[in-house]
This record gives sequence, structure tokens and C-alpha cells, in this order.
Amino acid sequence: MSGRLTLLAVVLVASPLLMPLRVHGQNRGAPPPAPTAKASAAVDLTGYWVAFVNEDWRYRMVTPAKGDFRGVPITLEALKVVNAWDPAADEAAGNQCKSYGAAAIMRVPGRIHVTWQDDNTLRLDTDAGTQTRLFRFGPAPAAAGPPTWQGNSAARWERSGPGGAPGPGPGGPAAPARGGSLTVVTTNMRAGYLRKNGVPYSENATVTEYFDVAPQRDGGQLLVVTTVVDDPRYLQQPFIVSSHFKKEADASKWDPTPCSTTW
Amino acid sequence: MGSHTVLDNVVTVVLRTTLALLVLLWAPVNRAVFAQSELAGSWAARNTEDISRDSFPVDYIGIPLNTEGRTRALTYNESQLAMIERQCEGWPPFYFVQGPFGLKIWSDTEPIKGAVISFTIGGWEDRAPITIWMDGRPHPSKYAQHMRGGFTTGTWEGTTLVAYTTHMKAGFIRKNGPPSSDQATMTSRFYRHGDILTVLAVIEDPIYLAEPQIVSKSFQLSAAPISPIGPPCVSGFEGRKAGEGVPHFVPEKNPFVDELTKRFHLPREVVLGEAETMYPEYRKKIKSTYVRPDPCKTDCGATPLR
Repeated sequence: MSGRLTLLAVVLVASPLLMPLRVHGQNRGAPPPAPTAKASAAVDLTGYWVAFVNEDWRYRMVTPAKGDFRGVPITLEALKVVNAWDPAADEAAGNQCKSYGAAAIMRVPGRIHVTWQDDNTLRLDTDAGTQTRLFRFGPAPAAAGPPTWQGNSAARWERSGPGGAPGPGPGGPAAPARGGSLTVVTTNMRAGYLRKNGVPYSENATVTEYFDVAPQRDGGQLLVVTTVVDDPRYLQQPFIVSSHFKKEADASKWDPTPCSTTW
Repeated sequence: MGSHTVLDNVVTVVLRTTLALLVLLWAPVNRAVFAQSELAGSWAARNTEDISRDSFPVDYIGIPLNTEGRTRALTYNESQLAMIERQCEGWPPFYFVQGPFGLKIWSDTEPIKGAVISFTIGGWEDRAPITIWMDGRPHPSKYAQHMRGGFTTGTWEGTTLVAYTTHMKAGFIRKNGPPSSDQATMTSRFYRHGDILTVLAVIEDPIYLAEPQIVSKSFQLSAAPISPIGPPCVSGFEGRKAGEGVPHFVPEKNPFVDELTKRFHLPREVVLGEAETMYPEYRKKIKSTYVRPDPCKTDCGATPLR
């Protein structure tokens, strides 16, 4: 009997402690400040990653033939742009980076370097074309500014759970420490090319990207970036591709190269 | 004694009620922590990236074959599919991300608590269904029979389903001949983001691959139903009589080995799937020698409708 009373007392005393923390915080002054994007990251994307180009090879590793737009659901208006592609004219106009814009840059063979610029801005640099993308968490800036190759990117975490459990199969890979992914929506871009040979996207395009990390059996990590390009002017339906990157230990293979209209 | 009994009963009731309340309070938290994704449904393929190039007899671009795999691939002659005993062989499970089709996924649940026992990815005429067992059962012995659909188990990593496939029959990584052995495995990850489902498949094969083959494909949730099964495969005479042997090429004399090199001006090692060709450094190697092909005249893309 006394044992049961003791257990009851323990349960009754402990139960408030087991309540969600938000219950404790009610009516006790200002809420605590929201954690920064960096502090609350659902997944760690920082570091160096190299593109593993085994899909769309002919359209990514070399400049394909003029007029080849296989796989891209372009409109009739876009077809005119495809057939009018003139790399020399782009070069003369200072548009060497037209195929390195936000809608295409993750398909460009090269390396990316992901760092935190500040507590709420994730920065992605590319060695190919030396581009910089800034993924901003939180409210959008009041003024978007003029369109740029990389546009304005709004970012948010998608959380998925605790992770940490081993994957299936013998010796399965461990799950990421926290679990989740990054969603980035980019607008306000300069018109550019989805492919080096002039397959276009317009300044009205919206790029939605999902960044997912996959641990590998050998201890390595893969990054999968799913890119969805919506463009009411040049695309009949969304252009969806997924690109793979392998994690690298350091910057030893980082090789900045300028934009090129032909290579 | 009697009062003790009454008090005892009261304490018991209070205790049980409190514990039940605690369980109820925790239940939503647990559901949130162990969030999963709904994968069941019809997922349409958009095919806006070039994954499964099988329209050329020798096109192993993007497959990191080792020497044995490359040699065996070069022996392949597509006329083998005319042999009556091979017509309905079908393709290994890899084909669900490499082929042009969408996915029909459904789950089976146990009747008491509704826990998912398995997910099944529907098959087609030339690919067996894939059942992903979610109930914690182990993979069978390595001596167990290998099946067209392999044996697959799955677990959740947050909202990502991770599936591991073993016990596949030997087959092909791509339809034009690059082989896969019966020791190959496939780890698939299903990432759902709204109405987009991206599947990442990592294929490992100690016999034919120099390094893992990585394939990903995105699908879009479809209101139009996708069939969970294709038409039955019916074999028939297609010009190859019994006893005529297996159509093949001597690897060094495969007549199609330079078809792509000529048409797209690609180095032979690219066409033959050398692993180094899949990394950015390789571009430097070919920058001074690559010549862009003449403007495209045929098979340049689907004619726009608007």
C-alpha cells in the first residue's frame, strides 16, 4: 500500500515535468526569441560537394548541338529562342553567365561550397562560373532589387523527425543527426538558359528546390537537389530534374573558373 | 482493513487514470516526432531528364562500369530479346527509377492497429512489383532464391522512406546491355515534398560496377490513376528458332561502339562508362578536343504544343 502511494506521489509530481515546454512558458512574459536558422538547422548542408554527373551527361558535361532541347517541355516561343541561340552575341553582350543562373546552376558540373553567411543566411558558392547564391530564412526583404542571375531565394527547413536510427539491411547507414531538408524558392532572376545551348527560361520563372542528404554505407554523404522550374512563358509544364553531389573532405579540388558561353 | 481496501482501490483508480492521461498527452507528441510521409497513390513520370538512354546499342554513359561489366555489355545483342525464353524475362527493380513509367504505390496494413506492413510499387509487363516490407522482418539467407522483384525491407528516417533491396536476379542496369549481377543491391530513398516525389537509388554491384551507380528521378502526384500492373507478357515466335544460339557480339568487334562518338562527338571512354568521365575534372581533359556537333535536325525534342 505504501508502495502504491509512493508511486502515485511520484507520478503526480513528475507529470507536470513531462508536459511540453510550451505549457510552462504560458503567461510568463515575452516568449523566448525564435532560434536562428543556423541554430535550428534540420540538416547540415555545409561543406564541399562535388557533382556526380551521370544523368543528362550530353547536356551538361559538353555543350550540345544547337537546337537540341530533348527532355525540356518548351513552348513555341521558347523554340524560337532555341533556334536563335548565338553564343558570340551573348559573349558580346556580357551575358557569359546566362547558363549559370539559379534555374540551371545546380546542373553545371563543378563543386559547391555551402557555408553560413550569418545566422539566417545560408550561402552556396560554385566554382564553375564563380556564382554565389544566398538562401535567406525568415521574412523577405522589403525591396527585391533588380533581377540577378541568382535572384532572391527564400529558404525554410522541412523537419522530419529525430533520425539517428540505422537504415535497413546489414550495416545500414545511419540517419542524419536531425533529419529534414531544405526548401528554397527563388524568384527575381534575369532570363537565362536551362542548358548551355540556349534552351531558355524567362525572368518570370520560379525555381523551387529541395535539398536532401543521404548517408552512404561507406560513411560518405550524398546531396540530392530536386529542382522544379515553373515558367509560364517558356515551359509548357514544370521542368523537374534532380542532381547528385558527393561530400568532399576539403577544398583541395576547388577550382574557380569563369562563366563561358560555349564551354 | 476495510478502509485500507477502499483507499487501495481509490489509489489504484487514480493511478491508472493518471497514467492513461499521461499516455494521451504524449501520444500527439510521439506522432509528431515519428512523422512519416504518405507515399500511396499514383505518381506520374515527367521524364524531363535523360536517365535511361537505351535508344543506342552502345550507350553506357553515366554508368561507372568496371572492365568486366563493360566487356560483358559489349557482348550484348538486343536480338536476344527475340529468343522465346527471354522475351518475358523483364528488367531488374532498378528499372522503376530508370524506365519511363510512373509509379503506383499502395500500402498493406495489419487490421488491429493499422500499422503499415508493406508498401508495394506496382509492376509492369517487363518489371516485377517491388514489395517493401516495413514489419521488421530480416532479409533471407544469401542462399535463398533470388526473384525478379528482389527482396526489400524499409524503415523511416523521419519523413523519408529508406528501402534496401537484395536477392535480385542477374539482369541489366540499362536495357541496352550493361549487366547487373545477382549480388547487386539497391538502396532507395523516397523523398516526398508536397506533390513531388524524388526517388534516389544507389545501386552497388561488386561484380560489374567500379563504384555505386546513383540514379534519381522525380515524380508528380497524379489525379489520374496509374495501373498497378501492366498487361501480361505473352511470348511468341519472333524469328529465333530453338537451338539457334544466343545472339551476341565479340566485345572487340561490336559494330555499334562508335555510333555515339560519331554522332555527338563524344570520346569513347564516355560512351563506355568510365567512372572518371562523371566528375567535373574530366571536362578539362576533353575541352581542347571536343567539337560541338552540327545543329540538331532529328530527335531534337518534342514539338511544342503551344
